[in-house]
Amino acid sequence: MRIAEILMAIALAALSLAIMYKAGERPSWSGEARFSTIGFGEDGAPQGGFWPFWVCAIMFLCSVWVLVNGVLKLSPVAQRREPYLDMHGINVLLTVGVPVFLLVLLTDYISMYFAMALFLFYYLFLLGRHGLILSAAMAIVMPFWMFLFFDITMTRTLPKGILAIEDGIYVPLGNFFRSLDGTMISLFFLAGALVLVGASFLSKSAVRG
Amino acid sequence: MEILSLLADGILTALEPGNLLICFIGVVIGLFVGAMPGLGSVNGVAILLPTIFFIKQTTGSDAAPMIFLAAIYYGAMYGGAISSIMLGIPGASTAVATTFDGRPLALKGRAEQALVTAAVASFIGGTVANIFFTGFAPPLASVALKFGNPEIFALMLLAFATFVGLGGDDIPKTIISIMLGLVCASIGFDVIEGEPRLQFFDLTGFSRPINFLVLAIGVYGVGEMLWTLHSTRGDTDMSKADVSVAKIKTATVNTFREGWKGISIGSSLGFFVGILPAAGATPGSLMSYGVAKMTSSKPEEFGKGSVDGVAAPEAANNSASTGAMLPMMTLGIPGSPTTAVLLTGLVLLELEPGPRLFQDQPDFVWPVIGSFYISNFIAVLVNLAFIPLFLWMLRMPFTILAPIIFILSTAGVYAATDSMFDVWLMFWFGLAAFMLRILDYPLAPAALAIVLGGITEAKLRQSLQWSDGDFGIFYNPFFDRDGTGGMYWIAPIITWIAIILILMPLFQVIKKKLLAGRQKPSHWQG
Repeated sequence: MRIAEILMAIALAALSLAIMYKAGERPSWSGEARFSTIGFGEDGAPQGGFWPFWVCAIMFLCSVWVLVNGVLKLSPVAQRREPYLDMHGINVLLTVGVPVFLLVLLTDYISMYFAMALFLFYYLFLLGRHGLILSAAMAIVMPFWMFLFFDITMTRTLPKGILAIEDGIYVPLGNFFRSLDGTMISLFFLAGALVLVGASFLSKSAVRG
Repeated sequence: MEILSLLADGILTALEPGNLLICFIGVVIGLFVGAMPGLGSVNGVAILLPTIFFIKQTTGSDAAPMIFLAAIYYGAMYGGAISSIMLGIPGASTAVATTFDGRPLALKGRAEQALVTAAVASFIGGTVANIFFTGFAPPLASVALKFGNPEIFALMLLAFATFVGLGGDDIPKTIISIMLGLVCASIGFDVIEGEPRLQFFDLTGFSRPINFLVLAIGVYGVGEMLWTLHSTRGDTDMSKADVSVAKIKTATVNTFREGWKGISIGSSLGFFVGILPAAGATPGSLMSYGVAKMTSSKPEEFGKGSVDGVAAPEAANNSASTGAMLPMMTLGIPGSPTTAVLLTGLVLLELEPGPRLFQDQPDFVWPVIGSFYISNFIAVLVNLAFIPLFLWMLRMPFTILAPIIFILSTAGVYAATDSMFDVWLMFWFGLAAFMLRILDYPLAPAALAIVLGGITEAKLRQSLQWSDGDFGIFYNPFFDRDGTGGMYWIAPIITWIAIILILMPLFQVIKKKLLAGRQKPSHWQG
């Protein structure tokens, strides 16, 4: 824990220094020297770089404070003996953190709804050890609901991935659902709910280890 | 009297079928997110914030989306008690103090008593706070109308100072968290001179300030889920509750007989702690628990299943959540992370938070205040009527809830910002929040700072422009602002309170050094 505390403090200190450096930057066309904006201008008021620069200066000082506390074992965290991330923590990062990363990454290629379906199926079936029927039903119904809610009802389109997927799947789907009236769309919502209820009953009889 | 008629109108508007339905749905969602371990009011409102566009589109009113968000907030305050009592895991940080006595009561086989006490105390706490709110808000707003740039900057300073002085977390870490939020808010363009700044790696995503929503969903959606998965390790043990109408009746009577003291302490103390920026419902409930124990005639029962011990924190967390709304609605300063999200909601609805709201938008303000009363009423009814349903829901495996939260977070950020860059940012914020949280970095200050960052900087620079760069405008009551020699007391008073608050931990260290070895630390938190 103490090592992690020290490393994090160093990282934060480095981050503050980097932002302080960046805050002093002037656009190349202004022709002024770096750090010319962090002080007071001719009208007596602070200039553009003033705020981020001094805010990060305070952050830098506090990072050093945390660092000193860590080195001298003054803070409660630095006195803790357990590791920063035990096996369970690493496990959480690998089995949950990485898939969330993939969820965001895949969105650009196979569209957000398909990425969600894959993520849900992975999480429920492989990680949560739920039944195949329930996992599949959730993986289909949840993104379907989201599609109805965001794309059709709220007309806020989520990313559709590469063109082949957008043109081949979403354009016809969108045309179909947009031609329906509100009642029909509510019925589709309800149908989704029925599928979920049915699936949860079916998978109760077949619970996996 | 004018206030009463405005309030009556507001309540009537809140009772219109459409608003009532929205209120009901909000309360039910709130009860659910509050009851689920790992999810609290802030997670609920942050993840559902994008839906306000939909509500505004359907209802056509500005008040309805706010009514929805506020109803979630209230519902969550009730719901938090359910898992605190039944599982011994606080459903939200606001319900931590409820576990101290709620869990022992449940283990003694009096779970229904604890549940009913929590609901009744929450209702009374919420209602008392609503009355305070209705009384205090309009005068405070009219005083705040006279505030100029230095006063507003001083208030912002006070908000950050309360985090440092009263937050109770590691001080340098709290300050780092505040500064991180402030920097995120200053990315993109200099608001006054219009020059680009902090556009890291020339990415277009950094050409505007980081949206609060991105940070909030990252921290309270992704980060919180990772943290909950990491810290609970999935083993829970549920108590049994036997709920019937007759039992609810006796338990309610019992609540008033044994818990009246806790309820009154929680309702009043909670509200005033809630008003303080940075404090919010969690410290409010912890403090009320402590005071109830100190003043009780039977302090030895606390921690072993005292009705007072359940009533005090539950009355307090509801009362404090209303208290936190007071500075949010009147000054534009959120009193808690959840109200920070609500404030963002106001901005997204194109309403300007602050004292002018009461003057310019009475059609918005009073129905929302009216809905506070209605939400509370709905929440207590739904809570008592559906206790068995909530108990059933608590059996829902976390392995189903967690992935839903992850996909809702992703979709929510994209729907609100239309940018994959922000979705990535949300992911990295979530990961960073998880890593920082293990090292006890508080994250609520960052959430508040990113909301207040823009205005804090603007007011600081405008004030200094006014005073030709002299900081005396903030702390010196004799500072001559307009050449007339008049005195301005408000900004200096607020600034000096803020300075004292920042230095308070230092005083405490000195006191501790002086008293070292003479006293044993008191563990009233049990």
